[in-house]
Amino acid sequence: MPAVSKGDGMRGLAVFISDIRNCKSKEAEIKRINKELANIRSKFKGDKALDGYSKKKYVCKLLFIFLLGHDIDFGHMEAVNLLSSNKYTEKQIGYLFISVLVNSNSELIRLINNAIKNDLSSRNPTFMCLALHCIANVGSREMAEAFAGEIPRILVAGDTMDSVKQSAALCLLRLYKTSPDLVLMGEWTSRVVHLLNDQHMGVVTAAISLITCLSQKNPDEFKTCVSLAVSRLSRIVSSASTDLQDYTYYFVPAPWLSCKLLRLLQCYPPPEDGAVKGRLVECLETILNKAQEPPKSKKVQHSNAKNAILFEAISLIIHYDSEPNLLVRACNQLGQFLQHRETNLRYLALESMCTLASSEFSHEAVKTHIETVINALKTERDVSVRQRAADLLYAMCDRSNAKQIVAEMLSYLETADYSIREEMVLKVAILAEKYAVDYSWYVDTILNLIRIAGDYVSEEVWYRVIQIVINRDDVQGYAAKTVFEALQAPACHENMVKVGGYILGEFGNLIAGDPRSSPLVQFNLLHSKFHLCSVPTRALLLSAYIKFINLFPETKSTIQEVLRSDSQIRNSDVELQQRAVEYLKLSSIASTDVLATVLEEMPPFPERESSILAKLKKKKGPGAVSVNELEEGKREGGELNGGGERGGDSSAISTPSPSADLLGLRAGPPVTAAAPSAGSLLVDVFSEAGSGSLASYFQFVCKNNGVLFENQLLQIGIKSEYRQNLGRMYLFYGNKTSVQFVTFTTTLNVQAKPVEPLIEGGAQVQQVINIECLTDFSDAPLLNIKFRYGGALQNLTLKLPVTINKFFQPTEMASHDFFQRWKQLSLPQQEAQKIFKANHAMDTEVLKAKLLGLGMALLENVDPNPENFVCAGVIQTKAQQVGSLLRLEPNAQAQMYRLTVRSSKDTVSKRLCELLAEQF
Amino acid sequence: MQFMLLFSRQGKLRLQKWYVPLSDKEKKKITRELVQTVLARKPKMCSFLEWRDLKIVYKRYASLYFCCAIEDQDNELITLEIIHRYVELLDKYFGSVCELDIIFNFEKAYFILDEFLLGGEAQETSKKNVLKAIEQADLLQEDAKEAETPRSVLEEIGLT
Repeated sequence: MPAVSKGDGMRGLAVFISDIRNCKSKEAEIKRINKELANIRSKFKGDKALDGYSKKKYVCKLLFIFLLGHDIDFGHMEAVNLLSSNKYTEKQIGYLFISVLVNSNSELIRLINNAIKNDLSSRNPTFMCLALHCIANVGSREMAEAFAGEIPRILVAGDTMDSVKQSAALCLLRLYKTSPDLVLMGEWTSRVVHLLNDQHMGVVTAAISLITCLSQKNPDEFKTCVSLAVSRLSRIVSSASTDLQDYTYYFVPAPWLSCKLLRLLQCYPPPEDGAVKGRLVECLETILNKAQEPPKSKKVQHSNAKNAILFEAISLIIHYDSEPNLLVRACNQLGQFLQHRETNLRYLALESMCTLASSEFSHEAVKTHIETVINALKTERDVSVRQRAADLLYAMCDRSNAKQIVAEMLSYLETADYSIREEMVLKVAILAEKYAVDYSWYVDTILNLIRIAGDYVSEEVWYRVIQIVINRDDVQGYAAKTVFEALQAPACHENMVKVGGYILGEFGNLIAGDPRSSPLVQFNLLHSKFHLCSVPTRALLLSAYIKFINLFPETKSTIQEVLRSDSQIRNSDVELQQRAVEYLKLSSIASTDVLATVLEEMPPFPERESSILAKLKKKKGPGAVSVNELEEGKREGGELNGGGERGGDSSAISTPSPSADLLGLRAGPPVTAAAPSAGSLLVDVFSEAGSGSLASYFQFVCKNNGVLFENQLLQIGIKSEYRQNLGRMYLFYGNKTSVQFVTFTTTLNVQAKPVEPLIEGGAQVQQVINIECLTDFSDAPLLNIKFRYGGALQNLTLKLPVTINKFFQPTEMASHDFFQRWKQLSLPQQEAQKIFKANHAMDTEVLKAKLLGLGMALLENVDPNPENFVCAGVIQTKAQQVGSLLRLEPNAQAQMYRLTVRSSKDTVSKRLCELLAEQF
Repeated sequence: MQFMLLFSRQGKLRLQKWYVPLSDKEKKKITRELVQTVLARKPKMCSFLEWRDLKIVYKRYASLYFCCAIEDQDNELITLEIIHRYVELLDKYFGSVCELDIIFNFEKAYFILDEFLLGGEAQETSKKNVLKAIEQADLLQEDAKEAETPRSVLEEIGLT
């Protein structure tokens, strides 16, 4: 018999539990349980009415059986009966059973809700708490419907006991999470906020969780909580460790409440009121100071509680990202933790520094810890800590330290855990490409990568190195020499053979002058690997061979012999056989000139975004792409923008023509280089018929070309290109009549080059407008057109379809980073949301095309729901870059969409939301 | 907090509290996966790990593992102390708590947890206040017991 039993100890239950524990096998346990279930069933069905105690005991046994992992399909009714018992202990077990095993049976829900209602109105605080706990534990919609109106009243009523208030606050929070539409604070808002001032610390602790959640969703209504939270925090931070009695935890005053206060403040921007802000900064400084004081206790609980507050304070400092002094102090503090003996602190410091690395104020300070982080990568015994260190190295990497970091990551790769190798390989490949100043270093790095971790080098990585070598002639000779050397190794990875085959086939001639790498030596080296390779690699090598015949006529007979051998020309693999046959024939019948033309050096690849980034984004690994991917865009964007001129006009549009060419905006046909996503959508001007008179301005949100306006007389076509914060728009004025338009003038509310004053019948004139986006904007520039047609003055005003989204640069990121960014943009005003009816058929491909046309990167495999679309991009304006994230959730059944946009600037979120709501 | 699990070194689940709606099947899957992951870790390793899109915070007390799943913006260290405070509460209530106390009085372990955490958030962090609430309830039980009629002999020796 167990010696342990407390309170009312149900003896029968204890015996049953003992029996189960004594069962020697799973079968014996199941047998014992089935026996018990049969017993309970018969008791419940029996004629004799059970007393409350027995009912409680059996219900408790059922609960125990369920918690062991078995299914329970009866006893719910008996549990519900217990709810209306006036014995506390029976009621309590009844509620526990319901909380754990809630059943959606509508009949029961009605009965349960009735019992809860009775207890809520009983004015017995113990019963009220039980009922509130049950609602909070179940949190179903039915309960929200029944009680969401009642609970706020209980929460703020003057005569409610403190313990009931605490339960009510968290109960409401749970209901708000499940059914936000049913929980309406309305008139109670200000009284709920003032719970932050409550004398009872427990009430404040419970209420603040509710207030934080409500503030995230309704920031404006709750913004008065900021000053209250600051003054509460300030009182706690400055209190002596004994002031708060039982709310002091191991000499730390109210650690839970402090963390929650700091968390609540992260829902808002820094306080505008100078006094409040001053007080808050003081609090943050005090918290940072306390970290330097000697500990008041040696217990780990003391340091954990103290550091929990410190980390939350640092999160707030990073969230504000506006106090350079605090940011640097935070960074120094974290730097100390990097070498702390507690693994937990090292882990958290590495994690927190990752976000600090993306702030311009602390990026440099973070970089000073590079040696410590590298050391962590080498020596930490816990793989999850090493992973954090690798993430941080990736985040702190820039041009100044790229060589060192890449070298360290490469050496770590030699011994890295298998689980993270592929991700590490991608990170190294990205950093090497991103920060490559000299391309020989880049080539060395990638070849090293293949040598060290060949199995983890995905196709994207070796494709990319070939693309870059092909496109840059200054590195081709070096690449040929390096792969040639790498292939000398007795055992080299197949990926190395692929790269080697391709590069020597193209550029082997560059090293053929050296007798040690003469054409035949090169060929023999490649061919020595041939038999160890898979079919696709062999196919690639055969192509390299035919290229050799062109590059080095002296190898022709040797190679033809190889091609002619049975193992090639009769290879059972069709692809190999075909290549051998065709290449052999080609080399025997084509003249040197023809051969040279067919086998000419590969043309440069179109410059496009790194496919490796796309790959990394697909990998669902922690920290797959650095959080500062957006920031990166910022820094680089900054340099490019340097050439732009500010127009005299305060409007967002001006005409900075002189710098346009510098930025590679060509006057020719549509650019494909800048935005691959837009490329495919660039359609022939006028290919889409404008539907008569006023073509919608909104129609151009997701496309750049088309007919802006058309009537009987005039057709106006638009072709436009955008890059960074600059754009160029071509307007084509077509005279549809056979009569001249005279005194044709256009005025833009900003300056534009004049247009030809005369348009012949049937003719078209062109006008070019250069655009620079100085800052974000909502209003479109207006274009006024006046002309005389057969004596009658025509006057027309059109909105030029220049919308803020035209200045998007797509940003690729991985799921993890997307959500991290998303959470960072959690200020209420940073989000704009619209729910609207579908105007067009909900075709996935059409939606995708539209979102691509918007200019953001459409991110695959980010949203857990494959029906949803998420996009990321940075709007380039001269004044600043505005990172934006978008999520579109189609609901095919309701023919509705929900669109959510988060940007670092509120006006941008709002504007994007308005523009897009018209598109789908 | 999304959920809290208590399990033994042998991987037996002793207490489970879910603060988000999940199906029984999903709960079992999560439990299996997490128990396996946490038990595989060595003693000196750090108490936090990334798991799916959640953060797991765990700590071992004697033969029992306490394991909480929190969201991205939640604070790991303060969660570690949530666990500790809960252990303190159990310890104070049972008087030097052991795994058997939690097995045989599982309902009490749930009641104490409900007083301390509600809906996944701290409701009352004062040890005194939580225990006062539980003891008051126990007093109510004592009163109720006295009023009850004597139970049958069979019941007394635990045969029903």
